[in-house]
Amino acid sequence: MAFPVNQLRNDFPILSTQVHGKPLVYFDNGATTQKPRQVINRLVEYYETENSNVHRGAHHLSNLATVSFEGARNFIAQYINALKTEEVIFTRGTTDSINLVSTCFQSFVHQGDEIIISEMEHHSNLVPWQQLCLSKKARLSVIPVLEDGTLDMETATQMLSPKVKMMAISHISNVLGTINPVKELIAKAHKYSIPVLIDGAQAIAHIPVDVRDLDCDFYAFSSHKAYGPMGAGVLYGKSVWLNKMPPYQFGGEMIDQVFLNETVFNRLPYKFEAGTPNVADVLGMETALHYLETIGIDKIQKYEDKLLKHATSLMLEVPGIKLIGTAKHKTAVLSFVVEGVHPYDLGTLLDQMGIAVRTGNHCAQPLVESLGINGTIRASFGLYNTISEVEYFVASLKKAIAMLL
Amino acid sequence: MTINESAQGVVEEFWMFDDWMDKYAYLIELGKDLPVIDSQFKTNNHLISGCQSRVWLHAEEQEGQIVFTADSDAVITKGIVSLLIRILSNHTPQEILEADFSFLESIGLQEHLSPTRANGLASMIKQIQLYARAFQLKSNQL
Repeated sequence: MAFPVNQLRNDFPILSTQVHGKPLVYFDNGATTQKPRQVINRLVEYYETENSNVHRGAHHLSNLATVSFEGARNFIAQYINALKTEEVIFTRGTTDSINLVSTCFQSFVHQGDEIIISEMEHHSNLVPWQQLCLSKKARLSVIPVLEDGTLDMETATQMLSPKVKMMAISHISNVLGTINPVKELIAKAHKYSIPVLIDGAQAIAHIPVDVRDLDCDFYAFSSHKAYGPMGAGVLYGKSVWLNKMPPYQFGGEMIDQVFLNETVFNRLPYKFEAGTPNVADVLGMETALHYLETIGIDKIQKYEDKLLKHATSLMLEVPGIKLIGTAKHKTAVLSFVVEGVHPYDLGTLLDQMGIAVRTGNHCAQPLVESLGINGTIRASFGLYNTISEVEYFVASLKKAIAMLL
Repeated sequence: MTINESAQGVVEEFWMFDDWMDKYAYLIELGKDLPVIDSQFKTNNHLISGCQSRVWLHAEEQEGQIVFTADSDAVITKGIVSLLIRILSNHTPQEILEADFSFLESIGLQEHLSPTRANGLASMIKQIQLYARAFQLKSNQL
């Protein structure tokens, strides 16, 4: 059966808006995705009928909100195939999740230790570890990226040793679209008892995520990159690690008992959820993941791959274009540069034609620098993009290049 | 010509364009024609900070008036800075500080004024005004 893209597009109110008098072509899904009506309605429904503080009052609404909130945790745990529901910690997003782990790992990292990341990391999975290393006089070791946009696995393997206290790697590169062989890396790291954190920001909406199959120790993702609301995200952690880690922030739900001289902290997952949680957006995130599940993530992956293949073949015909990131296993991310043309100029002209793309260094300055360029133009596709949008984009691109050269 | 008169001239030029393509083609043309800044001024000191495209802006005083030169690695940005320079160069610091920038809205460039366009008009204007203020302070001290 053909992928029902036209039917799905109807779920996204923003897709029928116009930009500069042209129909919106939204190709900036790597930055954030648009929201289906189901998600928007869930937020409204929550505030209209359920809003209350969770885990507290004995009253009806509080119970209702708590049941919904914990139901969302349960659903999300199943969605990523976590062993236990309490291994799902709600955060503000991927960056917040990674900062939680890097901050708590201050207790486990000491002078002379090492942390491994890769050269393709987003600043959010780079700076927290860099700062941890600086404060502990530990070493940040960086897996190089090969010319096609894949990780140098040989070097990565040689970097493993008992001195390494954490390996933090992206599942999918936000600039290159490369799907990293994280399962293989995790298995290798575990031979040295190295815990592995996977930055899943770019993966959750595009490929199946099964934390038990990967056997990762931590997995971080954001709701807003998976058709859910902004401001909510997940940190999955194996309970053995989450129990070992000290609390991150103090106050609110993470407390069990307080005496004036000491405090007994709550059990998982509440130990890591200080303050009133973002209930509405967590429920929206649940609805978004449910939406993806209903369509089928493997069908989405197949469809987006079709968009990518079509776009790639059309792009290769445009003179002067160089694709950045040509790994065999990649998601629907097309980063490119055009000889003699600044990405910002192209982005500005495409915007005039109603097309939203990202230009610049994509919050991955070390990677962009290592590629010897001053930024790229990135078109990243989502489940609602179409073949005709791809064709309009390439035609518009040619028009813009002709204007600029 | 006063700043207001040059600005009005630019507005009238832009009214001739029916569609965005002509407008941007004109900006690109202006960008390509922008007199090249002396390479000694293309340093980090003259860089207007931002991450999308780089803009260098230099100012010097000639007989009580400020002369601006600039460059950018993006040609549309160059076109925009070229417009500003055409209107504001060769005026006294006082005239520049009193300039009314609302003409930018009439030529449909206000979107470049949004705070997220870190290298857009907003930071260029701010830099131009900083130069004017600095030259004014200097001349008051003499």
